[in-house]
Amino acid sequence: MMQAELPVLDPIFGRLSLAALPLHEPILVATFVAVAIGGIALLAGVTRYQLWGYLWREWITTIDHKRIGIMYMILGIIMLLRGFADAVMMRLQQMMAFGGSEGYLNAHHYDQIFTAHGVIMIFFVAMPLVTGLMNYIVPLQIGARDVAFPFLNNFSFWMTTAGAILVMFSLFVGEFARTGWLAYPPLSGIQYSPDVGVDYYIWALQIAGVGTLLSGVNLLATIIKMRAPGMTLMKMPVFTWTSLCTNVLIVAAFPVLTAVLVLLSLDRYVGTNFFTNDFGGNPMMYVNLIWIWGHPEVYILILPLFGVYSEVTSTFCGKKLFGYSSMVYATVVITILSYIVWLHHFFTMGSGASVNSFFGITTMIISIPTGAKIFNWLFTMYRGRIRFELPMMWTVAFMLTFVIGGMTGVLLAVPPADFVLHNSLFLIAHFHNVIIGGVLFGLFAGINYWFPKAFGFKLDRFWGLVSFWFWVIGFWVAFTPLYVLGLMGVTRRLRYFEDPSLQIWFQIAAVGAGLIAIGIGAMLIQFYVSIRKRNELRDTTGDPWDGRTLEWSTSSPPPAYNFAFTPIIHDGDAWWDMKQRGYQRPLSGFRAILMPANTGAGFVLAALSTAFGFAMVWYMWWLAIASFIGIVGFTIYHTFNYKREFHLPLEYVVHAEEERSRQLATVRS
Amino acid sequence: MKLRLRSLAVLPLCAALSACDMVVLNPAGDVAAQQRDLLVTSTWLMLLIIVPVMALTVIFAWRYRHNNREARYEPDWHHSMRLELVIWSMPLLIIICLGALTWLGSHLLDPYRPLDRIAPGKEIPEDTRTLQIEVVALDWKWLFIYPQYGVATVNEMTVPVNQPLSLRITASSVMNTFYAPHLAGMIYAMPSMETRLHGVLNSPGESEGFSANYSGAGFSGMKFKMRSVSDNEFQRWVGMTRAAQQSLTRDAYLQLAKPSEREPVRYFSAVDRQLFDAIVGMCVEPGKMCTHDMMAIDERGGLGMAGIYNVARRSGDQPRAVFGADHSHVIGICAAPVVRTFEDDLLPQVDRSPLRGAGLPRPAPSRSGSLLADAVDSSSAR
Repeated sequence: MMQAELPVLDPIFGRLSLAALPLHEPILVATFVAVAIGGIALLAGVTRYQLWGYLWREWITTIDHKRIGIMYMILGIIMLLRGFADAVMMRLQQMMAFGGSEGYLNAHHYDQIFTAHGVIMIFFVAMPLVTGLMNYIVPLQIGARDVAFPFLNNFSFWMTTAGAILVMFSLFVGEFARTGWLAYPPLSGIQYSPDVGVDYYIWALQIAGVGTLLSGVNLLATIIKMRAPGMTLMKMPVFTWTSLCTNVLIVAAFPVLTAVLVLLSLDRYVGTNFFTNDFGGNPMMYVNLIWIWGHPEVYILILPLFGVYSEVTSTFCGKKLFGYSSMVYATVVITILSYIVWLHHFFTMGSGASVNSFFGITTMIISIPTGAKIFNWLFTMYRGRIRFELPMMWTVAFMLTFVIGGMTGVLLAVPPADFVLHNSLFLIAHFHNVIIGGVLFGLFAGINYWFPKAFGFKLDRFWGLVSFWFWVIGFWVAFTPLYVLGLMGVTRRLRYFEDPSLQIWFQIAAVGAGLIAIGIGAMLIQFYVSIRKRNELRDTTGDPWDGRTLEWSTSSPPPAYNFAFTPIIHDGDAWWDMKQRGYQRPLSGFRAILMPANTGAGFVLAALSTAFGFAMVWYMWWLAIASFIGIVGFTIYHTFNYKREFHLPLEYVVHAEEERSRQLATVRS
Repeated sequence: MKLRLRSLAVLPLCAALSACDMVVLNPAGDVAAQQRDLLVTSTWLMLLIIVPVMALTVIFAWRYRHNNREARYEPDWHHSMRLELVIWSMPLLIIICLGALTWLGSHLLDPYRPLDRIAPGKEIPEDTRTLQIEVVALDWKWLFIYPQYGVATVNEMTVPVNQPLSLRITASSVMNTFYAPHLAGMIYAMPSMETRLHGVLNSPGESEGFSANYSGAGFSGMKFKMRSVSDNEFQRWVGMTRAAQQSLTRDAYLQLAKPSEREPVRYFSAVDRQLFDAIVGMCVEPGKMCTHDMMAIDERGGLGMAGIYNVARRSGDQPRAVFGADHSHVIGICAAPVVRTFEDDLLPQVDRSPLRGAGLPRPAPSRSGSLLADAVDSSSAR
């Protein structure tokens, strides 16, 4: 009887119908038109210049860790634009919606925007950028020719992209979740969110999660097994160390996210009661589980950037890093402690004083190794000779910004203080303070630092400076008002306000967002200008900053095989040590090099996964079954692919190395 | 001169800050004030290390800049045991202090713990009765039930000044957070769960409370008025509420619980005495078994096979999982009412909730008026 009352599913389109297209939302229609025109122009351009073959052979099917790293960075930057557009819309809404005005966004739209902003910024901006950096740099730093599982690396990247594509689909086909970025039940359960939004959320994260987990396994195996001879653990560059710890965290934490999302999808698809109100379900379990993943996730994001700051500080101060071993131990301690602090995200759930103080104190203890790291960078600067190139400027800005974020973080770890600040804009300001001031500043430092390695020319300094100042000042203008508003008792995710005295602060914050927008624009101009001026900015040495670690021993960009001969390591700052001892590049004795072969399997599997996710979201069962069979079938088919390796011919290696010798000769003369 | 200029530059900011109402730093309730004290103390403690670090960063960045050839340059200096000791022990010392404060503060300000004072230096008078309020977060409005007076309100919480409050908090459908910044911080309101909050308001006035956890489309308008009034006025208010036309029966509640936005203030007389427990037990609808009954049955081994069949399909057009069964609920087999007592009133206040912190002294009536001073001053503990 009840079955009949439910809307009947279309056998082909499931619950997808024309009504799912947001034709009544002018903002979305305009966005769609702009995206469509841009996309068509891009496709036309690629076709016009006959780049499809090049793209497929050299990029889409590539298993070269360097190219995959670059593609991760491009994905991250594109998604940054989307996530930032969401941020700007929120800032405008909160600035306008006062005194009876409800602003320009209705609840249906606004609630999707703040959810999408959080999801995109964490999963599809910060994660790809961090993974991209690790992918590019780690094999070079440890003297390896590629990662441990090159095909898996390509597959991971395309799965991450598939997740991003699903999120972008939700913008124009149906809707995204209206739950907040962690989708707490029972609100995210089928009873209170029957629409497709939460399903988009679940499948986007599940598919991207496969990519993240596999890339974690991959880099972990790479660092453990593929270091050059002589590079003991305590001689690894700090960036590699922090990457190692991050990937340990990924491998241990992401399965928890997968499991909790599986439980939520079971609730939504087959009517189990894990997190429902009734029949013994317990939403508090979800909150615990998702933060058992969620807190380590924070350190997954920040640890590699601590590594970047260490490399940058040491290079630009022209000094060995102060307290290398204390830096390593601090990283390891943070890694371990990050597992026993998750409850501080919900002190106000009524766990009781003893539990709360335990988790509050473990949280504070994390600030000790973090503080030690700050001091280590500080004393690396001490008696150094600091060159204020862009990466170093980002590092100093980070040190001044991050300590404030750290302080407010410890403040929130004091349970009685958290009782008045939890879920407030103070909290929002805090985590933007550490994620922008820590993760993003670090990424910009890393991009400016390693860009010449990846492309053979430096980034333009003037536009880099413009971007730097607008970002740093914009950050403070945008988030200081949120600290103040938090102390005024204003909480997060509100769409409109009554108290007119709050408005000025939201206006200031919106100005800050505008400054950041200029910062982002300047960054894009910086890329453009640098490409135009690439001959002026060219670096032929491969070592433009007088670097200390192995990646600077290669040409810029490095050859496909990275190192013609595997280097032998004697010191922590391997390249610095080699330079000091008068290292001579070998000029003969080259051999053909065994390399992994390109394959389109990762791309095909990810495309099938996208179709599967989309089908599950819209209840298109035939497509779900077909694409699932396709995934399994293609995976089996791929195992019969025996053409996985090929020899890079000797002539190629000799030619590349002679080219390098010529380049170096132009520098010396 | 330079310094004066800088302080001048800061002035407008201070003016702007004082112009706006920093309620978290200037609350009307004693508990919120103690939370504020802890916040401020922790900030000062941390500034002890943050300020020198920031200053050193700037000084080192300037002094050791590349073109300052006068500064010493030691490219191979990278280790100093003495410095390492300092940089690990300094944060450690501060965290030890902060950790001690946290341990004490968390226990003394545990929202489940009944109050032991109504203001700094003011004990709770012998004859004070704690005001019980039952709070329900509905979609998207707040219901306040006053069990001692048999009245209820929507979106208004009126309390007498200087009377200890004991709140039992739950929600009807999704998670919310009860937050009245002046009172005592926030706590989650969750369906089928009960959380508690104790607090007091020390000055008369009107302020705003709201939900601090996103709960759906009407969330932004989910606000209530919090009024603290004199005893006499409170009695008058109770009388006025008792004269309200509507009574809060279970049917009236089910009507009220349906989603609606920006509800005006409403009063109810004659509240169903079992209503709050029924809301927590998810059994307001007739014929549903309450969760506390289920748990009692399960504790004794459950109903066995019979339990599987003891469910009824629920009518209505609620969404359900696409491959799931129809909506159903466990049928109540015997409606054992929860026996309501006012033991909270009858028993001595402070002894009910012992401090579980190892070696932590039971707090004595405060003399200094500051949590921190109490914690540090051991004489007050004896």
